[in-house]
Amino acid sequence: MLKNRHLLGWLQASPLALVLLAFLLAPIVMIVIVSFWGATEFSIYPAFQFDNYEFLFGSPVTYRVFGATFKYAFITWALTLSIGFTVAYFLAFHVRSQTMQIALFLLCTIPFWTSNIIRMISWIPFLGRNGIANQTLISWGLIDEPLEWLLYSDFSVILAFVHLYTLFMVVPIFNTMMRIDRALLEAARDNGASGLQTLRHVILPLTKPGIMIGTIFVVTLVMGDFITVRFMSGSQRANVGRLISNDIALLQYPSAAATAVVLLATVLIMIAVMLRFVNIRKEL
Amino acid sequence: MRTGYDLELVHLTKRYGDTLAVKDLNHVFAPGSYVCFLGPSGCGKSSTLRMIAGHEEVSEGSILLDGADVSHLAPAQRGTAMMFQNYALFPHLSVRDNVAFSLRMKGVDKPTRHARANELLELVDMTHLADRLPAQLSGGQQQRVALARALVTEPKVLLLDEPLSALDPFLRIRMRTELKKLQRELGITFIHVTHGQDEALALADEIVVMNNAVIEQAGPAREVWARPRTEFVARFIGGHNVLALPQGKVTVRADAVRLSNEGLVGATITAVEYQGASVAVTTRTEAGDEVLALLPEDAFFASPKSPGEAVKLSWDEGRLHRLEG
Repeated sequence: MLKNRHLLGWLQASPLALVLLAFLLAPIVMIVIVSFWGATEFSIYPAFQFDNYEFLFGSPVTYRVFGATFKYAFITWALTLSIGFTVAYFLAFHVRSQTMQIALFLLCTIPFWTSNIIRMISWIPFLGRNGIANQTLISWGLIDEPLEWLLYSDFSVILAFVHLYTLFMVVPIFNTMMRIDRALLEAARDNGASGLQTLRHVILPLTKPGIMIGTIFVVTLVMGDFITVRFMSGSQRANVGRLISNDIALLQYPSAAATAVVLLATVLIMIAVMLRFVNIRKEL
Repeated sequence: MRTGYDLELVHLTKRYGDTLAVKDLNHVFAPGSYVCFLGPSGCGKSSTLRMIAGHEEVSEGSILLDGADVSHLAPAQRGTAMMFQNYALFPHLSVRDNVAFSLRMKGVDKPTRHARANELLELVDMTHLADRLPAQLSGGQQQRVALARALVTEPKVLLLDEPLSALDPFLRIRMRTELKKLQRELGITFIHVTHGQDEALALADEIVVMNNAVIEQAGPAREVWARPRTEFVARFIGGHNVLALPQGKVTVRADAVRLSNEGLVGATITAVEYQGASVAVTTRTEAGDEVLALLPEDAFFASPKSPGEAVKLSWDEGRLHRLEG
């Protein structure tokens, strides 16, 4: 009987386990294997050598590109967090009626009705040399000649990231905030806390798990991105994703795989560190 | 020694849009007394409490505490403290930090505020659990922490919003004893909102019965029980039968009703309930009124009755109490 129950348990868990094995674990194992292979200008051959990693860690480009990726991730994180927290706070605590809350929340998701690429491309006529932004600023007399840094720059890359990913911050933070018992805010007021003190001592600590989940979303999305950087920088900026995509375009699969493994390890370490600070288990 | 502070409500009114939640309340609370607001849900008792606490805007009228109008002050500046229905303890703070919260907001340094919090925890007998988180406490323990947190501000009036409703019946009775004891020791006014009449009778020096946004009756517990002013009070406070007699509506206490073979009113027994020390016999009179007779156990079993039997109800004329209106 006991043995039977064990068997049943395994059987029940097996469909999901098989799916994860086939579509998550196997590809990663494959990438790790390929990362040790060798490559020439025209061929790839199975091997077990560290050439790819040696080249990767020996090249100053790698460190620069990783540095740029961290920079994008950090700035995007800081901006999406401050915007996301503010929006979620407004939705959760200032909008009183639930209908209005839902309506405004849906409003936030409208940009998601079109694809990422289209949303990115739509910035180009806006930010371009003769785009709407520059023309407006000139017509207001604020500037005399078009701003060059609006498009194809770090600014435009980060702008697009923030635009694309702020909602990933809003949703988990809003979700956590909605679970905060309103009586706690009254209790804080009853104990003499000002609005700012309530925010700092009650709302912020209780919203930490949501902030952490949003952070994981945004950081992993930005760390793994390559298309936004390519489009919005006009191929003038690089991050790790573009490094990999360039290798793939040149059919240098082993080198691409090695970079991917390093990136994966980096992101996993970052998430592990974050989870040390905040317990998100009760949010799941 | 008693330190007393007057609390007075003057023409206190609360409107939500067109609905009147509290209508023109006028009342003076005796200093240092235990007051229970009693009434069904939606009668305005919670709104009144929340207005006194400052968590609800006053639509009209004012609240005077210790001679000063506090109607428009922030909750923490009024000299009141509130204990919330589900205690509203901060889940991310330890018991000690919860109690010290208001001191922290005032900028009191850590050693001082922890020392003060420890004193309060001592008072409610929770010192040994000071480092726990609220989620690791039982309902009764959480309530003590909530009490300590409310009392750390040294309020003149402590407001309790259905403080016992989240506890199981056994604990409820124990905690109400402790509440009463604490109130007597501190000598401050407790205002306790409840919909349980037994709770109100057990605790209150003064009961304020509310219904439909107004005070139906206010007075010492014994007086409200012995001489309910209106039919609503008589029914809500329990233990009374309301009868429509030719001279008007009267009440007769359930324990004053006797069953006999000759009596004043004919009735049929509809239910018999054994309650230990007494037996509750529900009857329906020929006029259609439901009358409850609470008989001592030995008297009932001397001549047991069962549902469906016809009986006569009787009582001493002096036990009838006339209702107003």
